Parts: sequence; C-alpha cells; structure tokens
Amino acid sequence: MATVSLKKLTKRYGNMEIVHGIDLDIADREFIALVGPSGCGKSTTLRMIAGLEDISGGNIDIGGRVVNDLPPRSRNISMVFQSYALYPHMTVRENLGFSLKIAGAARDDMDRRVAEASAILGLDELLDRRPSQLSGGQRQRVAMGRAIVRDPDVFLFDEPLSNLDAKLRTQMRTEIKKLHAKVKSTVIYVTHDQVEAMTLADRIVIMRSGHIEQVGTPDEVFSRPATRFVAGFIGSPPMNLHDATVSDGRLVFGGGDSLPLPGQFKSKTAAGDKVVFGIRPDDFYPTGHRLSSGGETEVHRVELPVSITEPLGNETLVFAEFNGADWVSRMLNPKPLKAGDRIGMSFDLSRAHLFSAETGKSLRN
Amino acid sequence: MIDENASARLTRRALTFAHRVGLFLAMLVICLPGIWIVLSSLRPTVEIMAKPPVWIPQELSLDAYVAMFSGIGKGGIPVLDYFRNSLIISVTSTVIAVAIGMAGGYAFARYRFRGKSGMFLGLMLTRTVPGIAMSLPLFFVYARLGIIDTHFGMILAYVALNIPFTIWLIDGFFRQVPKDLAEAAQIDGCTRWQAFWQVEFPLARPGIASAAIFAFLTCWNEFALASQLTRSVNSKTLPVGLLDYTAEFTIDWRGMCALAVVMIIPALTLTYIVQKHLVGGLTSGAVKG
Repeated sequence: MATVSLKKLTKRYGNMEIVHGIDLDIADREFIALVGPSGCGKSTTLRMIAGLEDISGGNIDIGGRVVNDLPPRSRNISMVFQSYALYPHMTVRENLGFSLKIAGAARDDMDRRVAEASAILGLDELLDRRPSQLSGGQRQRVAMGRAIVRDPDVFLFDEPLSNLDAKLRTQMRTEIKKLHAKVKSTVIYVTHDQVEAMTLADRIVIMRSGHIEQVGTPDEVFSRPATRFVAGFIGSPPMNLHDATVSDGRLVFGGGDSLPLPGQFKSKTAAGDKVVFGIRPDDFYPTGHRLSSGGETEVHRVELPVSITEPLGNETLVFAEFNGADWVSRMLNPKPLKAGDRIGMSFDLSRAHLFSAETGKSLRN
Repeated sequence: MIDENASARLTRRALTFAHRVGLFLAMLVICLPGIWIVLSSLRPTVEIMAKPPVWIPQELSLDAYVAMFSGIGKGGIPVLDYFRNSLIISVTSTVIAVAIGMAGGYAFARYRFRGKSGMFLGLMLTRTVPGIAMSLPLFFVYARLGIIDTHFGMILAYVALNIPFTIWLIDGFFRQVPKDLAEAAQIDGCTRWQAFWQVEFPLARPGIASAAIFAFLTCWNEFALASQLTRSVNSKTLPVGLLDYTAEFTIDWRGMCALAVVMIIPALTLTYIVQKHLVGGLTSGAVKG
C-alpha cells in the first residue's frame, strides 16, 4: 500500500517561495503526472518527495508514514532522472544491482532480481557493457531497470524522456505505460510535455508558479479546464483564447466582431462582464469537416478568409482570420486550400469555454 | 596537367615531415638538460667544465655513484638518510594535503555556504606569495616552537604549501562529476558518505591522482624552505643534500649530478605508476550525451 499525500507542502529558498503550500492525495498504484511550464515547481515538488530537497513547510506522507525528515534511502522510493544518472564506472549489471549491493542482499537474490529487471526491459545483451557504450534509449532503459530492481513503493520520474529524439520518445512512452501495468506501483511522473502527461497518467496535476491549477483525469483537464491557463496549456494545437465583453447576449471582441453568447453561460454572466472566450480547434472547424457528434445544437456559421494552412496528412490545421486574429481550426477529411480563400467556418458554441478575465477561472461550472 | 591529388598528397607529406622535425626539436630542448645531468654524472669534472664543451663523452664511469654510497670520509654523503627523510616528509605531507584537498574540494564543488568565493580566492592568493619570502618568518616561528630540523616541521610547511593547490584541482574534478549521480546513489540506499566513496570518489580519482603527483613532486623537489628549516641528517632532504657537494672553493659537479639522478629516478617511477590512473573521460556516459 503506497499512497502519497502532500499537505500544505511549501518550499522556500531564502525569501523566495517556490512552492506555495500545495495539497495532493495520490492513490495506491495510481499514475500521476505533474505538468507545467519550466519553473512552475514540479521538479522541486518531486525532489521534495524523493528527499533530495528539504521541505520548508507542510507534510509528506508515503504509505501512511510521515517522511518529512527522512533521508532518501529510508523512503523506499526510486527515481529515474532526466540525465539518467547511470554510474559510468560500473557495468549495466552493476548499475542494476547497486541498490541491492548497498542493502547487503545475498548474491543469488541479487542475480535473480537483476535478471528479472533485465528481462522486463530487454537488457540481457547489454549487462556487461558500460553506460558509455549504450545509446540514449538503452541508457534510459537501464535507468528504469535500476529503479524497478529495488521494488519500491513509489516510482518518481523526472522528465525521463526529454533527452530522447521524437521517435524514441514515443516508443519509450509506450514502454513506461507497459512497465506500469506490470509492476503496479504508484508513479509520480514530472514532464513539461502535455502529450506525455495525457497519454500516460491516470490523473494529471497542472502546476503554475508553485500552485496547483487543476487536478483531474486527462479527459477532465481537456474537456473541462478549470482555468484559462489549463485551457491554454493542455491540448495541441492549443485552444483559441480571446478577450471579449458580454453585451446584449453576445460576446463582443476587441476588433468589433462578435459571437452569440453560448446558452450555458447566459445565467452566469451579466452585461459588461469582461471574459475570455475559448474554443478548441476541434470545435471551430470548416463546415462539414468534422466528425459529427450528433448533438450540435448551438452551431454558429460564418464565412472567413484563410490566412495559412498546415497539412498533416489525415487532417489540416487551418488558420482562419476572425476579429483581426488567426484562429486555428482542425479540418478533417481535408481539401486543398490556399491563403486568401474564403470558407464557411462553424463554431460549436455548446463546447465553448468562458473564463473570467479577472481571475482566469472557468465560468462553466 | 598537374594532378591536383598528387600535389595535395605531396603537401600533406611535407607538412607531416615538418611537424615531426618541429616536435623533435621541441622535445630535444625539453630533454637536453636531463640528458646532460645523466651524462655529467658519468664524466670526469675536467670534461664537464671543458670549454668549448665536449659533446661526445670520451670517458664514462660510475665512480661518482660508488663514492656517493661509500660513506663519510671517502667522498660519500649520507644519501640514504636524506632519501629516507625526503620519502617520509613527501609521502606524509602528500597524503595529508590530498585528504584535506579532497574534503575541501568536495565542499567547494558541492555545498553552498557563506563566504565561499572569498575563501576560495583567499586560498588562491596564498599561492601568490613566493615560498622564499616566507622562509624567514617561518624560521623565526619554528625556532620559537623548537621544530626546526624536524620531520614534523617540514611536513607542516609542505602541507600548508600544497593544500590550496590540491583543493583547487580536486574541486575542478568534483565539479565534473554530475550531481545527479550522488543523488541517484542516495536514492539507491546510500548515505551521503557511501555515495561519496562508491560513486563520486571513483569518478574523481584521476583528479585526485594528479593532485597527489603534483603535491608529491613539490615536496620532493622543494629546496628554498628546506634549506632554511633543516640542519642535519635528522631532516635534511635530498635537494638540500646537493649542497654537500659544495665546498668553500670547489663544487663537485659530477657528484651533484649523480645525486640529482638518484633524486629523479623515484619521482619518475612514481609518476609513471600513477599516470595510469590519469585516464580522463571516465564520466562519459553518465548523463545523456
């Protein structure tokens, strides 16, 4: 049983507060991803859980035990570093068995567990090589092997894939997912890549400037972002977000163009409210070029000029000019377009988002 | 038409040849004094002092070496005593300086503390004072303490002389060992102390070995301080022993050169043994790359 619970966790360097009293409960065997832009405190949080950074306030509880002041070795965790941190003077076998050697494990027990880990990760051929003789992906696997050999309560991953090229990253992502299915430990995974977070995690924690913005399943953070920041951070290409003012049942944008105020927000806004209108590229689309969900009750159609297109094969990203800005839309079943063409565009307003311009909070709930 | 490839090949060969000649000349300049010392230790004084110099030795003998070891009164000097003193003083002060250098270098490389850069600068500044300038004050202090002509006094002076350098050198090597490795070791179950000995020390070993060589050679060859702070066979080191070959009106150049050769051999051997540990690039493969 390895739940992890953070209570009012705070980190200060001198007078600078980096992490502002965050609360988070992680269930046993859950895969949690911490995401956010660089400097948001996600790595610091992970390092505090690992015991590599002292905490300035609050509590860390692993498996029902408060570990605030315990050294890393007493927390029964293992960690995969962004830099892999393999011991260069040891072979792969010695790297894998290092923690067992330190713990004073018996020789045959050590051999057995190293063999198990290397079988899971396909390292059998590499056991006698040194880290310098391995490719990036192989090093990454050794680093993961070293983590699983310990049979820890909690796995910590600190941006483990950011040093790999795009293709290898996709491949290793799948391997991490398989690994979690096999070893069934609690995982805390730090990344700045929202795609990694979305594909791997049971729940995603989005952090910004030392605060937690939202905690939720990938579907929740995508479909119901709690703040404007989350809306802009999750999803690729990002959500179209534009400032507007509520006036007469319409949203009036700075450039003078306007859209009808989506029905669900009518009771939540008053005339004169400053808001941020958000719509995903999937819900703003060239008319007729979207998989119909059947429930489009609130579609607003306009004709707009195309400013640029990005063909991706199965779909094309079309940037259409509306209210003096480029709004990105996703065109399924694409047809050739060129800049300057005028095409019919649809806003599925039932799926639009509104955020308070002042607090950034979603007005949806 | 001239074949371009042939002429390029020719130019390359000519350049390689010129390169080798240049290297040979440079090495000759570097090695000549050494060769001259070895040769002079084997030649009679007349030949050593001859003007113009005799380039090709006419007569070689081991007389100077035989005399050196044949005891006082027969042209010998207490070379074994000097050797023992040199060894004790150099080895002990090297071990201490390297141990302190490791602790200090590690602290400067890994920890943040108040006054760190000031302290580091201060340590380096001590190197700007020439050793000979300190010999007189040191002599007075040592005379008061009664540690003139003792191994302890010499070791103390040499440890102080070497520490700034060993700290500086070892600090640089610990900086090259990624911090992640020690952290990974701690997560793998090590204490900070174990992480140091299991992971960081083996990786910084080339640096520690070079610091040790430098410290040892500094002590082994040091003359200025030793000539002031030693008196007798109790503590005289080999470089000071060279002075035994000077008399009021004469200098036994042959004997001096022979003793110099005796001094050089252990230093050369040690350097040769230790240089195997000076293999750089051990940390490659630790992090990304």
